[in-house]
Amino acid sequence: MSTLNQLTVAEAAAKLAKRECSSAELVAAVLASIEKHDKQVGAYLTVDAESALEQARAADAARSRGEHQPLLGVPVGVKDLLNVTGQPCTCGSKILKGYVAPYDATAVAKLRAAGAVILGRLNMDEFAMGGSTENSAYQPTRNPWDLSRVPGGSSGGSAAAVAADEALATLGSDTGGSIRQPAGFCGCVGLKPTYGRVSRYGLTAFASSLDQIGPLTKTVRDSALLLSAISGRDPHDSTSLDAPVPDYAAQLGGDLKGLRLGLPKEYFIDGLDAEVEQSVRAAVDQCRALGAEIVEISLPHSKYAVAVYYIIATAEASANLARFDGVRYGLRVDGEDPIDQYGKTRAAGFGQEVKRRIILGTYVLSSGYHDAYYLRAQKVRTLIRRDFETAFQKCDAILTPVAPTAAYKLGEQINDPLKMYLGDIFTIPVNLAGICGVSVPCGFTSEKLPVGLHIVGPALREDVILKVGHAYEQATPWHLRKPEISSQKAE
Amino acid sequence: MNFEANVGLEVHVQLRTKTKIFCGCPTTFGAPPNTHVCPVCLGYPGAMPAMNSEAIRLTVLSGLMLGCKINPYSKMDRKNYYYPDMPKNYQISQYDQPLCLGGGIEITRPDGSKKTIRLTRIHIEEDVGKNMHFAASSGIDFNRAGTPLMEIVTEPDMAGADEAMAFLEALKEILAYGGISDVNLEEGNMRCDVNSSVRPVGQAQLGTKTELKNMNTFKGVHRALSYEIARQIADVEKGQRIRQETRRWDDAAGITLTMRSKEEAHDYRYFPEPDLLPIVLSQAQIDEWAKVLPELPEKRRARMMADYGIPEYDAGVLAADQDIANYFEATAKLAKSAKAASNWIMTTVLAKLTELHLTIGEVKITPAQLAGLINLVEAKTINMPTAKEVFELMFAQGGDAAAIVQAKGLAQVSDTGAIEKFVDEAIAANAKTVADYKGGKEAALKSLIGQVMKLSKGKANPGLVNDLLKQKLS
Repeated sequence: MSTLNQLTVAEAAAKLAKRECSSAELVAAVLASIEKHDKQVGAYLTVDAESALEQARAADAARSRGEHQPLLGVPVGVKDLLNVTGQPCTCGSKILKGYVAPYDATAVAKLRAAGAVILGRLNMDEFAMGGSTENSAYQPTRNPWDLSRVPGGSSGGSAAAVAADEALATLGSDTGGSIRQPAGFCGCVGLKPTYGRVSRYGLTAFASSLDQIGPLTKTVRDSALLLSAISGRDPHDSTSLDAPVPDYAAQLGGDLKGLRLGLPKEYFIDGLDAEVEQSVRAAVDQCRALGAEIVEISLPHSKYAVAVYYIIATAEASANLARFDGVRYGLRVDGEDPIDQYGKTRAAGFGQEVKRRIILGTYVLSSGYHDAYYLRAQKVRTLIRRDFETAFQKCDAILTPVAPTAAYKLGEQINDPLKMYLGDIFTIPVNLAGICGVSVPCGFTSEKLPVGLHIVGPALREDVILKVGHAYEQATPWHLRKPEISSQKAE
Repeated sequence: MNFEANVGLEVHVQLRTKTKIFCGCPTTFGAPPNTHVCPVCLGYPGAMPAMNSEAIRLTVLSGLMLGCKINPYSKMDRKNYYYPDMPKNYQISQYDQPLCLGGGIEITRPDGSKKTIRLTRIHIEEDVGKNMHFAASSGIDFNRAGTPLMEIVTEPDMAGADEAMAFLEALKEILAYGGISDVNLEEGNMRCDVNSSVRPVGQAQLGTKTELKNMNTFKGVHRALSYEIARQIADVEKGQRIRQETRRWDDAAGITLTMRSKEEAHDYRYFPEPDLLPIVLSQAQIDEWAKVLPELPEKRRARMMADYGIPEYDAGVLAADQDIANYFEATAKLAKSAKAASNWIMTTVLAKLTELHLTIGEVKITPAQLAGLINLVEAKTINMPTAKEVFELMFAQGGDAAAIVQAKGLAQVSDTGAIEKFVDEAIAANAKTVADYKGGKEAALKSLIGQVMKLSKGKANPGLVNDLLKQKLS
């Protein structure tokens, strides 16, 4: 008998619907778990317990009035760069200290409309820049499977909270792998939807042409449930897609007969950890056993993806982060004149990695370098997108590792940004191409660290990657394992 | 050595939309500071722009009126620079693919000759906020931030301040005609940057230019440009090189001053705005918008001269304002004399509008009523002084001229017998004036006519009075 905080979203929704528990009880169980574990894990930056319980009671009242939205009463945590009315939104940065959001991000508003309880704000690398959550200006987050290790990033808090049963599900954001990689490191399911599937309105922008909000969950079914809740066209986000939103969860089930899964020959590289490779290859075999046909494909321009990403993403970031100047909100360090104030505010407010990327992005857009870097990178981006278009003529989805290694130790890579950047080598091409990908647990290393399988699909074919992920998940035991920290019974 | 100037303008025009370019905040002028703002136009974290399609329609309409090529594909770009009045520290503008290309405006030079000023491009962008400085602090009003602007860039085709002024007047008129903008200069609806250079006559290459930033009155442009061109010529004649720089006009001192040189110029680091889709316009869409294109002022003047036989001067005055031109045409169609209609409107009506700060739409006299009044004069039912009196009554309360004339017994007296009586009285009472007239003082007759009119309470037909007086005094 699991405690309520260990439930999946689907289980909790069913229990709530059958009145086997109340939302207030569910939220209280999650809050108790946060209370018990989060001093060690550090997933949350803020938890507004009072507000969460109030929302839960409102959800219970709504249910007794006969309402039955799909997520009614289910608590969901959000990454600290999503605006929630009345809550801080620091983006893991000192520069936004004191800022209180005056509006709800569309994804948050949609969660509310689906009945969810907004629980608290999850730690992240400052402005989503990083792969370990060590770049948070406030605190490190630790991997629930091994507290000496990082949870991945930048949505490290979102992944760790789900893994530690400190949340049933969370929202993260993914610009180059920031949902999928921490999901892989923490043994949960992390989905990066197609660019435009989920409105970005209210998501503090890192790289606007790459950012996408997505769910981190305990199971593939939960991922499908949340995706249906947050997707859809939004007039506030011109890049959101006007495509129907299916009931993704209803389409799950069955084996993989008739599906062709591509293995990119370029992706099993030097530097890929042997145990990670072993787990991923075993997962490929499992998919074959479930009826899928495995075909070799080629993504020849992927080798340029990291370089292209660090030009385009930083260029966009250099403009997106220009608004943090101390004039209207957040930190202000007074200066002799506006320019002096900007310099002092930004020097004090931004961390090392953010500064590094702003400088890089400013440089690649500068007169005289713009064509050689930014313009060239855009051309290569087109080639990367075409690689995938070609590949998807031969297959329905693509299987790759999520990251070259399992979770590493805190402090291990923080002084080696290039090595950290290469950790996103398998996830970045998906953002550059604007397509979708999901990370699903596919085993453990000898050190009992989770390994993730990366399933990549064409634009708007979340249904396909969720189906593959679900079939694989149901055939394997990985998603049922809990880290020790969570197995300790909550009081 | 003789010099010529080459002037190019970048004119920022506020488009007449109800809401801002990327959010739903109203664009109305004069609200208390920071009341027409939202997360989008304040540049809050996570807020995103959504294009106001009316801004695109108005810009395309402008392009069509000005003979531009409308780009079927254009896009928005980010122009990066830091300034406290700019919420995002980048401005969403258009860099290399603007909405409209080419086109031109015909101006009339001071000597009456015509000249076409070529346009380079027209693009759309967002306005910034307004910095305000107080005794001990500064503030920013973001009400204006995100107001839709259209920037019209010309070629360096204007030869000096007069032509620049003529261009701005012509542009203002066209934009008002198209309903593109309120073109209210006091409210900052039209502001421009002025580029100018000088070169010896006959030199093919343009001289080094300077830019005067943010001029917001036409008169200011004229004064600043007159000064700046003279300054440049004087410097060149002294053998000094003109520095490429941005200058500012000090209106009180009447001089231009260096703001920043080219070396300090911004590197705007333009790149495509990832939050907005490219603007793709089908020919069908452009054709649909083109259906409401108004007749341009230049064409209307020519047509009004041909249709109503009025002089060029009259057509110029009347067509300067579309509503007044409409009022004139409606009146002229019903009046026996179009020229009389023109005279009435140009003098009496326009004077009233100026005096009372009214627009023609607020005038109580309808064109039909004004035509009725004119026709009473034409039929000699009333004389001009009476007509002016009737006009005053109509202006105050409207109404039919004939009815007022009848009710007040103002009809002109053309009965020779009655007038003769007044004439005799006047002659009898003004022996000195009569003597003056007979002694050769023509002006004395006017005085006598005045006396007769007074005796008739203004109702006598002045022509008859004149004839009778002359007859009796000969």
